[in-house]
Amino acid sequence: MSEDGSGMTAAERGLAGASQGVASFEEHSHSPLRRLQHFLHAYPTAIPFIVLLIGILIFSIAAGGRFFHPFNLSLVLQQVTIIGVLGIAQTLVILTAGIDLSVGVMMVLSSIIMGRLAVVAGVPVEISFALGLLTGTLCGFINGLLVAVVRLPPFIVTLGTWSIFGALIIFVSRSETIRSQDIEAVAPMLHWTGTRMAIGGGAVLTYGSILMIAIAGVVWYMLNRTAFGRHVYATGDDPEAARLAGINTRNTLIAVYTLAGFICAVAGWILIGRIGAASPLGNQTANLDAITAVVIGGTSLFGGRGSIVGTLVGALIVGVFRNGLALAGVDVLWQEFTVGLLIILAVAIDQWIRKISA
Amino acid sequence: MSKLKFLKAAEFLKAAVAGLALCGAMAATSASAADIVGLITKTEGNPFFVKMREGAKAKADELGLELRTFAGKFDGDNDSQVAAIENLIAAGAKGFAIVPSDSTAIVPTIKQARDAGLLVIVLDTPLDPIDAADATFATDNFKAGELIGAWAKGTLGDKAADAKIAFLDLSVNQPTVDYLRDQGFMKGFGIDIKDPKRYGDEDDPRICGHEVTGGAEDGGRTAMETLLQKCPDVNVVYSINEPAAAGGWEALKAVGKDDGSVLVTSIDGGCPGVENVKAGIIGATSQQYPLKMAAMAMEAIQKFAATGEKPAKTEGLDFLDTGATLITDKPVQGVESIDSAEGLKLCWG
Repeated sequence: MSEDGSGMTAAERGLAGASQGVASFEEHSHSPLRRLQHFLHAYPTAIPFIVLLIGILIFSIAAGGRFFHPFNLSLVLQQVTIIGVLGIAQTLVILTAGIDLSVGVMMVLSSIIMGRLAVVAGVPVEISFALGLLTGTLCGFINGLLVAVVRLPPFIVTLGTWSIFGALIIFVSRSETIRSQDIEAVAPMLHWTGTRMAIGGGAVLTYGSILMIAIAGVVWYMLNRTAFGRHVYATGDDPEAARLAGINTRNTLIAVYTLAGFICAVAGWILIGRIGAASPLGNQTANLDAITAVVIGGTSLFGGRGSIVGTLVGALIVGVFRNGLALAGVDVLWQEFTVGLLIILAVAIDQWIRKISA
Repeated sequence: MSKLKFLKAAEFLKAAVAGLALCGAMAATSASAADIVGLITKTEGNPFFVKMREGAKAKADELGLELRTFAGKFDGDNDSQVAAIENLIAAGAKGFAIVPSDSTAIVPTIKQARDAGLLVIVLDTPLDPIDAADATFATDNFKAGELIGAWAKGTLGDKAADAKIAFLDLSVNQPTVDYLRDQGFMKGFGIDIKDPKRYGDEDDPRICGHEVTGGAEDGGRTAMETLLQKCPDVNVVYSINEPAAAGGWEALKAVGKDDGSVLVTSIDGGCPGVENVKAGIIGATSQQYPLKMAAMAMEAIQKFAATGEKPAKTEGLDFLDTGATLITDKPVQGVESIDSAEGLKLCWG
């Protein structure tokens, strides 16, 4: 034991002034800002959540009880459902460092196929529905082939297919709208997603909204708990490294675009439930709105980083701001203005967080 | 000059002359071919414009004109329309009909076309200023709005004094068709419209609010939901067109207001819209006649090419009114209307 009661040997006494720490990385700074940056790097979805809460808080004060009412909050959820579902598809693509400008037209094309086959052509509704889903999936597969096999930039590919699928919408629909009442009469199944369900307190959910959450759950599981999901992240983060690690990046990309197309087709079904009709009009900015939701949700446009939950929260933020501003009596143009600010803010924060890994 | 160089030059000259001759021959054949006329619409997709194209095509074929059609990519797409006009000037067209996406921004390009000798007829959406075109063939949109406004007022009777009205408008920049219909409705309903060239400046307490729909179902539904949140006691809906009305109806249905407690009014007269009048979803709509507009434009351009004569205007207006008819199955005294069965015979799209 020790000789002088201090509990130290002579050698230990010699070390008295030296560093006591175990082998560690040097910490440059412990400023609160720095810690925040680290925290956000570890939990990137935190920011959109905070923005969402702040938004709800602001509008509860500005627009009063009309805003912070279970019915209104559930209404916002209904209003963002379509963009939310398209956003999930878009997230998958953006995680691979790609982009899909054709999500909106794939959705509308699928909805037109479902409605038109069932009501005009008299095809049994189950078959029309399946062919509608197949249409979106096929569109996505074409995008995937052009990106992964022909190796064209995703932006260019989907810019092209945006036009092509858009033209097909006009061709197939003959610019005619199928009325809600006609769909109700022969193909009520197509309206299933619009079925309402009271969940208490005045809040109302549609089956479409529940479907969105279910899709988000499945895709979240795929991304986080399966090999495929890790391949998606790896392909987006560094395709060369992913390839060297033995990942078939080509097939991963094809699968991602195809899956995105399928999800867009499901969004087409939800669209019929929401607007009642199968219509070639409208949804002009759905593709950009979906990208907006993804970006505000904290997914990096450079690929490899982001989450499904973030995208849903991103879509909700846009919905909350639009609804809140409208209820507070703010003109539509300032609603657009605010959404623009949110996008830039979100990307600025993303860049700031990225610096940590540099 | 060396002999070799001279030979080459002669060779070149020969080729050039041959080329010129060929060009001349081609020019000659194209001059003897049909006169070129154009039709430029806002978008491809809207059935209103599809009907216009049909009307123009049928009339052009009948008159032996060569019709070239163009459209913007979306409502508000000015650039594509500018390019279309430039193409028509370059092709040596005699004239064209256009539905301007941006009634102000397109004006300088239209001036270029008129300076180049083309007859420019604006359809449906007047230019700002309206006399920037040779002629305008349009629905009197203000009057179309007035008809449904007067119908709603007449239907409500005494209750019109404390109505709650939701306005489902077109777009943020308030193009002419947007404010004309909206303000016409207000005038017909008996609201002080203040500045007749914009909506949103009124202070009548019966106005619940204005939301934009993009003239489509999805926008109509969201806009109606927002307005229902603002004033749950809405009992009158004005809508820019029938797709917006159909979207609004879905929102009303979702809160159980599809029981006849809300009067829905609209403008257009497309077949699905008139079907909705028949089904009792839309109370009344003002029908307009796109096929007639386009066919008349083709006739006017042919006449201009032959005689240099420009089309006339309707008396008292600065454009040629192609007419609007109120369609409703619940007629109101003092407002002339036809029923949905008759409307279906005249509908488009």
